[in-house]
Amino acid sequence: MTYFEFLAQYGDRILSGTLVTIGLTVLAAILAVVVALAAGLMRMAPNFAVRGVATVYIEIFRGTSLLVQLYWIFFVLPLFGITMEKFTAGFVAVGMNLGAYGAELVRGAILAVPKGQWEAGLALNMSPAKRMVRVILPQAVLIMLPGWGNLMIELLKGTALVALISVADLMFQVKQINGTTFMSAESFGTALIIYYVIARFMLTPSMRWLERFMRRKMGRA
Amino acid sequence: MFDWRWDFTWEILPRLIVATGNTLLAAGLGYGIAVVLGLILALAQRTPSRALTLAVREAVEFIRSTPLVLQIFFVFYVGPQFGLRLSPWTAGMIAIGLHYAAYLSEVYRGGLESVPKGQWEAATSLNLSTARTYFRVIIPQALPPSLAGMGNYLVGIFKDTPMLSVIGVAELMHTANAIGSETYRFLEPYTLVGVIFLVISLPTAAGIRLFESWVRRKLGMK
Repeated sequence: MTYFEFLAQYGDRILSGTLVTIGLTVLAAILAVVVALAAGLMRMAPNFAVRGVATVYIEIFRGTSLLVQLYWIFFVLPLFGITMEKFTAGFVAVGMNLGAYGAELVRGAILAVPKGQWEAGLALNMSPAKRMVRVILPQAVLIMLPGWGNLMIELLKGTALVALISVADLMFQVKQINGTTFMSAESFGTALIIYYVIARFMLTPSMRWLERFMRRKMGRA
Repeated sequence: MFDWRWDFTWEILPRLIVATGNTLLAAGLGYGIAVVLGLILALAQRTPSRALTLAVREAVEFIRSTPLVLQIFFVFYVGPQFGLRLSPWTAGMIAIGLHYAAYLSEVYRGGLESVPKGQWEAATSLNLSTARTYFRVIIPQALPPSLAGMGNYLVGIFKDTPMLSVIGVAELMHTANAIGSETYRFLEPYTLVGVIFLVISLPTAAGIRLFESWVRRKLGMK
């Protein structure tokens, strides 16, 4: 079988796997951003208990492997009465994992906003919440965006692991195709190239665009 | 608590601890490969040849932006297709070593670029060969700024070793899966794997931070 025959026969399965991978990436990215913002802000709360919860979450998810977390969420959580579909378990695990890394990024970016901005907010009699949302966070977003670019690639790569709980993503499809055809170079090689194309020509440019867009919006073009 | 069985826990713990040894061995070997290969990849991007620089750069980008688990499968299964049979350990070490070499080469690159140009000029004026300049002048100065990144990836490679279970390397995750399918109990093995990872990676990360600040003080870099 030549490579073109291979593509003709298995192209639609590879394509459907790619779409599942992209869907997982988008959902996991949304979850990761939300969780990272929440945990990053909680990490800086004055209340000891709130800070503690965020710290425990971050340390647990950063201290263990994504694969361990995925298996734990999929196989162990049901024993506690929380059953998720495998697709949901997949993007929840990836999103929570990257969210923990993102939380540190959020915290670092907020701390990197110059002290004068905090003082200016105080001088204008803004409430702490308003100061955070209107003054500090927008500037912090500019600082953390390059870091998020890297995290998004990590996230895309992380979604490949959900194939191991048999979510039919790109990784899963090529694994199946390899199992029936034994054309390993073609199947795994095609998937490698697709992941690379998504990361290099879709994710990275859109993150760069977002950086430029935010800079313009902040009047720092 | 939630049907947790302590007798079962004590029964499987020895097996998991033995497997932890394999996990540490895999992480150590993989890291050893990555440290050396990463330096080669970083230096290959600093030769006068522009074509070589671009090719290596693109290869590094490729490895960094594709999933490790897919690379592990690729290395393990593509060999036999062309008559080259690799054991799970060999294939796993090649894949994980290469993956982290790409990451470490970026760390080294940053470190090498942080060495002031005057150091090169000084070495040239002392008539040192390129190899001697690198090993006696440039790399010792590039090392301290690289240490933080190197430490992070040491913890990173340790946390990525469970992926080796997919091709049957008998590390921690593989053993936990085996216990799970023998006994139909997943709560204890998977939770213990998580705890073992935490117990190793948190102190290691803290130790690396201490080591890094010690090196900086030692070199008078504040």
